[in-house]
Amino acid sequence: MSTIVEKILAAHSDRAKVEAGEIIEANVDLVMLTEQLGRRIYRDWDELEGVIEDVWDKSKIVCVLDHWVPAPHIDAAEIHKICRVFAKKHEFSHFLDMFAGICHQIMVEKFVKPGMLVVGSDSHTVTYGALNAFSTGFGATDIVICMATGRNWFKVPETIKIDLNGTLPPLVYGKDIILRLIRDLTVEGADYKSMEFAGPAISDLSIDSRLTICNMSVEAGAKCGVFPPDEKLMDYFRTLYPNSTESLNFVTPDSDALYNEEIYLNVNELNPQVAKPHSPQNSVDVTEVEGTTINQGFIGSCTNGRMEDFRIAAQILKEKHTHPDVRLIITPASREIYSQCLNEGLMKIFIEAGAMITNPTCGACIGGHLGVLASKEVCISTSNRNFQARMGHVESQIYLANAATVAASVLEGVITDPRKYIE
Amino acid sequence: MSSVITGKVWKFGDNIDTDVIIPGRYLTIRDPIQMASHAFEPIRPNFTKEIAAGDIIVSGSNFGSGSSREEAPFVLKTVGIAAIVAPSFARIFYRNAINLGIPLLELKNAPEYFEEGDIVEINSEEGTIKNLTQNVTYQGTKLPSFLMEIINAGGAIAAIKERIKRQRGQ
Repeated sequence: MSTIVEKILAAHSDRAKVEAGEIIEANVDLVMLTEQLGRRIYRDWDELEGVIEDVWDKSKIVCVLDHWVPAPHIDAAEIHKICRVFAKKHEFSHFLDMFAGICHQIMVEKFVKPGMLVVGSDSHTVTYGALNAFSTGFGATDIVICMATGRNWFKVPETIKIDLNGTLPPLVYGKDIILRLIRDLTVEGADYKSMEFAGPAISDLSIDSRLTICNMSVEAGAKCGVFPPDEKLMDYFRTLYPNSTESLNFVTPDSDALYNEEIYLNVNELNPQVAKPHSPQNSVDVTEVEGTTINQGFIGSCTNGRMEDFRIAAQILKEKHTHPDVRLIITPASREIYSQCLNEGLMKIFIEAGAMITNPTCGACIGGHLGVLASKEVCISTSNRNFQARMGHVESQIYLANAATVAASVLEGVITDPRKYIE
Repeated sequence: MSSVITGKVWKFGDNIDTDVIIPGRYLTIRDPIQMASHAFEPIRPNFTKEIAAGDIIVSGSNFGSGSSREEAPFVLKTVGIAAIVAPSFARIFYRNAINLGIPLLELKNAPEYFEEGDIVEINSEEGTIKNLTQNVTYQGTKLPSFLMEIINAGGAIAAIKERIKRQRGQ
């Protein structure tokens, strides 16, 4: 009678079974870290000098520079340098520098497998639940403890079952489902909890959409979001590892698993959603905010910088041009995705539409570089957070939406329902 | 570290996120004091000029939501915040603050019981919060003993050092 997360946590502890509310020690399979917490992590590590000789397992640490790349200023460059020196000193097998993309996309392209327990130094580490793994974000100190010992304490979360029914209407994606769920749950409705997805509508959702949903589960406060395995997920791994003979450890919930709460959502009735400033819980149907003037559109981030997003954006932008008062920034989530966009001719469409294409980075989403907002400016973004001052000036505003809505909006200079562009 | 703290209350609302505690653009600042001078800048630009070491935050629910940046509790500790009282905390912030040795006390309806500027006495071991200005004592959630060990050691790194040394009989 266990949920997916209870099963994964039990398998990584010395217990046969764990229950919601218990505090356990568990072994981690992978530790992911980026430069954002890098400096703190390495300083904390130095404090352990003399007590801990080396990292617990060089082959299980993935280190990525993605938040401020390429370095926009000296401070960022110095942080990158600290990370490089540390990674070299400890001979990390997977130090990817700034060459592969945004950490979460790299993790799902290269490292995460079903049934794993993964921790990362970024709140959007929850993304990997789409691949039937347990993954959650930690701060620097907890990451240092994992790097040193391969273990940490976890409170077994209660689980909210999210039952998705119906079939997805045109131009409605994972983004719209999760924005709607955050509105219903509020930004604290899933605090400390696991969001476990179920129901017939899952098979309709691409892996890209599932990654978006799990990515933003943290915006409802969740400790993790997790999908059960299905044929689509098996295909995803067959494509990633065509020659692998390793059998994957898919985890399904027991039919009598105990849930803290069950939420039923019929996706048939869902319209493209837009979250108004300054909270991801402020989502409404796109029709309610149509006509709102924008200055910038952003398609990218670990939330919506994948092929599903760029394909629909290109379909809408093809042979058209952005509104003269609006800039469009395109940031693929990884080098693989950048390359695939080139192969499919999408980058040409974006350039001809007037877009600026950046390297994979967290840049615009975190207000770091490559798309910072001025006072009173309005951005419609495919990213995950529209907190005050997130992307720049304290008086700027962010609306969150799916890639189709952003593409349609940059053409018109105002928030626009994408369904008028695609039948 | 003493488990009794006395300080002045600073009040905040619900869902205070890490981007308002310390905006992302300040995270690359290398000097901790300079970084901490931007704490709460988006919503309370004068906060760091007015706060005194030992002061206490009383906030609405879901304090510290958003990113995993440990700089959020770090800047609060750096400017002198000695404890935070709220009905609930976002989970990563909760772990991060404890790991840095900042006591967090969960107290239902906390904002109703304190005015800005009230003087309070907190016993983090017992989970009690006494409003000295209004002379009323409230019982918050006690931290589990293994987390109290971290607080008493002054943070998780210090605690783990002690633990490893103990295991080795040093």
